[in-house]
Amino acid sequence: MTQPRPSGSAGAPQVDNPGIAYREADVPDLRVNLSASERRAATLPARRSVKKNHQAAWLLKAVTMIDLTTLAGDDTPGRVQRLCAKARNPVRHDVLSALGMQDERITTGAVCVYPTMVPHAAANLKGSGIPVASVATGFPAGLMPLELRIQEVAWAVEQGAHEIDVVITREHALTGNWAALHEELTQFKAACGSAHMKVILAVGELGTQDVIAKASWVAMMAGADFIKTSTGKESVNATLVNSLTMVRALRHYHDVTGHTVGFKPAGGIKTAKQALAWLALIKDELGDRWLHPNLFRFGASSLLGDIERQLEHHVTGRYAAAHHQPLA
Amino acid sequence: MSSDPATVKEIFNTMDYGPAPESPKEALHWIQQHGGTFGHHIAGRLEAPGRKRFETVNPGRNETLARVTQGTKGDVDRAVKAARDALPDWAGLTPQARAEHLYALARTIQKHSRLLAVLETLDNGKPIRESRDIDIPLVARHFYHHAGWARLATETFPDHEPVGVAAGVIPWNFPLLMLAWKAAPALAAGSTIVLKPAEHTPLTALLFAELAREAGLPAGVLNVVTGDGQTGATLVGHDDVDKVAFTGSTEVGRKIREATAGSGKGLTLELGGKSPFVVFEDADIDGAVEGVVDAIWFNQGQVCCAGSRLLVQEGIAADFHARLKRRMETLRVGDPLDKAIDMGAIVAPVQLDRIQELCAIGEAEGSYCHQPSWAVPEDGLFFPPTLFENVSPASTLAREEIFGPVLVSTTFRTTGEAVQLANDTRYGLAASVWSQDVNRCLHVAPQLEVGVVWVNGTNQFDAAAGFGGVRESGFGREGGIEGLTAYLKPKTDRARKAFAEEAFTPKAEPAPVDGPADPVDRTAKLYVGGKQARPDGGYVYPVLGADGTLAGTASLANRKDVRNAVEAAKKATGWSAATAHNRAQVLYFLAENLTVRRAEFAARLRQLTGASRPAAEREVDATVSRLFGYAAWADKLDGRVHQVPMRAVTLAMKEPHGVAGVLAPDEAPLLSFVSLVAPLLALGNRVVAVPSSRHPLVITDLMQVIETSDLPAGSINLLTGAKDELAATLADHDDVQAVWYVGTAAGGAEVERRSAGNLKVTWTNGGKRIDWTDDRDAYGPAWLERAHRVKNVWVPYGV
Repeated sequence: MTQPRPSGSAGAPQVDNPGIAYREADVPDLRVNLSASERRAATLPARRSVKKNHQAAWLLKAVTMIDLTTLAGDDTPGRVQRLCAKARNPVRHDVLSALGMQDERITTGAVCVYPTMVPHAAANLKGSGIPVASVATGFPAGLMPLELRIQEVAWAVEQGAHEIDVVITREHALTGNWAALHEELTQFKAACGSAHMKVILAVGELGTQDVIAKASWVAMMAGADFIKTSTGKESVNATLVNSLTMVRALRHYHDVTGHTVGFKPAGGIKTAKQALAWLALIKDELGDRWLHPNLFRFGASSLLGDIERQLEHHVTGRYAAAHHQPLA
Repeated sequence: MSSDPATVKEIFNTMDYGPAPESPKEALHWIQQHGGTFGHHIAGRLEAPGRKRFETVNPGRNETLARVTQGTKGDVDRAVKAARDALPDWAGLTPQARAEHLYALARTIQKHSRLLAVLETLDNGKPIRESRDIDIPLVARHFYHHAGWARLATETFPDHEPVGVAAGVIPWNFPLLMLAWKAAPALAAGSTIVLKPAEHTPLTALLFAELAREAGLPAGVLNVVTGDGQTGATLVGHDDVDKVAFTGSTEVGRKIREATAGSGKGLTLELGGKSPFVVFEDADIDGAVEGVVDAIWFNQGQVCCAGSRLLVQEGIAADFHARLKRRMETLRVGDPLDKAIDMGAIVAPVQLDRIQELCAIGEAEGSYCHQPSWAVPEDGLFFPPTLFENVSPASTLAREEIFGPVLVSTTFRTTGEAVQLANDTRYGLAASVWSQDVNRCLHVAPQLEVGVVWVNGTNQFDAAAGFGGVRESGFGREGGIEGLTAYLKPKTDRARKAFAEEAFTPKAEPAPVDGPADPVDRTAKLYVGGKQARPDGGYVYPVLGADGTLAGTASLANRKDVRNAVEAAKKATGWSAATAHNRAQVLYFLAENLTVRRAEFAARLRQLTGASRPAAEREVDATVSRLFGYAAWADKLDGRVHQVPMRAVTLAMKEPHGVAGVLAPDEAPLLSFVSLVAPLLALGNRVVAVPSSRHPLVITDLMQVIETSDLPAGSINLLTGAKDELAATLADHDDVQAVWYVGTAAGGAEVERRSAGNLKVTWTNGGKRIDWTDDRDAYGPAWLERAHRVKNVWVPYGV
């Protein structure tokens, strides 16, 4: 089932996290001062203004990092087909040509769907090199028997998903049962096989930054290829503050273990300006290596439209209309 | 501006930050409108440029921006006269009318915020992000806050009046913000002001004066005279200035203290610093690393309160330094007008030279210097972020204020050692404390000898919270209610008559040898560290009664006795740490014990001063009442929680100065002495007091009352002898934090002049007579106010 990844060329950074066996002593006492994080998050976009050609290039990079997503009860094969077509051609050819990027094979980072939509997505993306991502494990609440959640992961992989976005049992994080969290994620990871496991922490439901940091750490110990903020269904989804907590935990994990983990903020990222702020966060906190779709994704459905309009504005000098951008 | 030569394709692969320039066009246009040359702004009018001018430079490009006028004595005279002429009308406005003017200034600043920000960055070299997001919004906030004070000052301080004509000497690191810190409270209080901006950065002050005029501020209320240090000295020394506010170096602050000694001018000094940034092992380490960025790489480290001494707990030091170095790699230094840089240019070549020189000394002394791998631009005055590791407290870099982007790091083992190292400096401006344990933070904050503590934060400022230092970082506060009072004075000051006591110099006699001639040795001893002590010199002096007969002999203290007394007072930290309830109880007890001996003290007063019986009894009763009064106040001087615009409690804690020297007059020797000593004791100061030189025996009698009143050893020490001689030693003493002197004008001036050594807080009667019997003059809030200092502790919270 494996396909070449869009940026899988030699030398591209890759996630690399076999995980580590759970020992309570190996969970560090990660401490996060909320006010300090808020200051950092508030000043970062103001410190890192990206303009003109740089902005266009950064926005195109952001496009390649989008997990173009539809996760709704009314998803249909037709809807998924349209989404996949958009993933293959996320930016109009005339705009790409004007930017000198027509030969760069600009696609989104992945298409993200519910498990039953995986076969449709896989069929529509065949030959594109674009991975199919599937949510699983009783998304979004995760309150399903463990065997069923494991089966769901295996099923989605079998149907052609290259990436599985699993949700954690929030109870384990909220009650400090880190061993249980590690255990369930280890089983999900096994069920993923060669597919990447992206662990959704649902940070909006974890209460404090300290818990978010610890949950990030335990997810990485269990072999998460990506850690992801949110399902998009919580009342608080990705923010720069909780992203900062997660990328710092991720960086520390890399320092301690040498293993590389990717990061995916999801939910609420709707504007090109927000995307630039997140890219600056990643560049400054994790470094340029992480500015690659193999290590960083946006979970978003409406972000692409705004980026398209900004890119058209960059090319024409005129503010763009939404209806000039092809729908997904 | 520079074009963007890289192609989208190239950038797509490198993901570099590109240039993000803010246009200087409007600001340069404003300079050109004035022909690139400026005169002073006096009496509501921008004057023609003077004959002697100097250049102000854009340090980001090392290019001349404009020429401004070197202020002469004549210019200063004109400006002070304009401020004096404007004073009656300005002070006479209704609070509402003054408030409207300040409100209009705040609105004007907001309206022109981008122009002010760009001009500030051009002139100073600070990043546009900082001038745009920090400096100018804080300036506007300061005027809004003080528009409120303009409305409320009279009803809040009904017994006060405007101080008069103020002089503000402004530094170059936050040119407009420091102007606001001086102008806003002055104007709110009903005073008028003459401002002297720094020679490196005069432009925003000139623009501000222009905008203020357009906003309808009456002519002469705010005047700007440009020039160098000489102009500043002329302004500070001007006879018709009532109050001086200076922000700048400790060296210049000391000169101003000396120059204004005996002038009666109010003085606040906000000086240098070497502020500790303390990181405990239980801190949010990444958060603290980012805190360091905001502490020492804010405004290129040219910040008086910059967290320039990193103190990090030994167990996490290696990790912390590694993370800090990684963070240093991602800092961006360059064109100050670029919106995506972290650090701009050093203000002037002379400053860059000093930074380089001190770094060279640091390396020569063997400290390890780390700088990022990248190079700073060459076409401007740039210096990279710099870290010196393993810097011992003895090294030059740990002691000297560098005033640049240079951090020095030292490790500590325990909380106690952290406090000790933090306080191991001549300065005392600010401190940062990083720990996720609020118990630890609130344990450490009160022990730090500084004016501001930021818990898990740094460089936070707000108009509602006072800012200022202790030790050689100066005295006085700017901002908050504690800052406003510097521009007000008690109305009673005006009613005081001239001090008329004749100076009395005791004549030494050898101490009598204990012997059979006089079965009881009637020589009153000194009282030091809770014990009666013979004078070091072995001399006594005769004390005469009102009738000219010998009333007894008193010990003649010398400088060594001062040394011993200060040492005892310094050790008596228990009194400062005691609960306010406890201090109140002790003072009540003292009053009670004095009541018991009312007749005896009245008799002694009659013997020494010749007072009538009723007068002497009144003095004893008034003394008891005053002691009761201050005992009552002791546990009621609550601090405040300032309302700063962030999720934090900002605690304005009232703290004692520490060791205070008191020099009392001859008049009403019991009452005046207790009126001076009691408020200091009530607030937790430890006192070294010199009673009336002429009538010391009533106070040496009091010694016995003190001995039986539970005042802990060293909390009060008594030295009898020659007042002005002992005053000089106390004012000189580097371990004394405050001196109160009542005596001749010349004696007071000498105390103020000598206090410049360690910049201790002084209060003198200014050659005026205090009416000790009048509660309005000799008792109450004004005395309590000067008996303490305010420490602002910022405690942000949240999980």
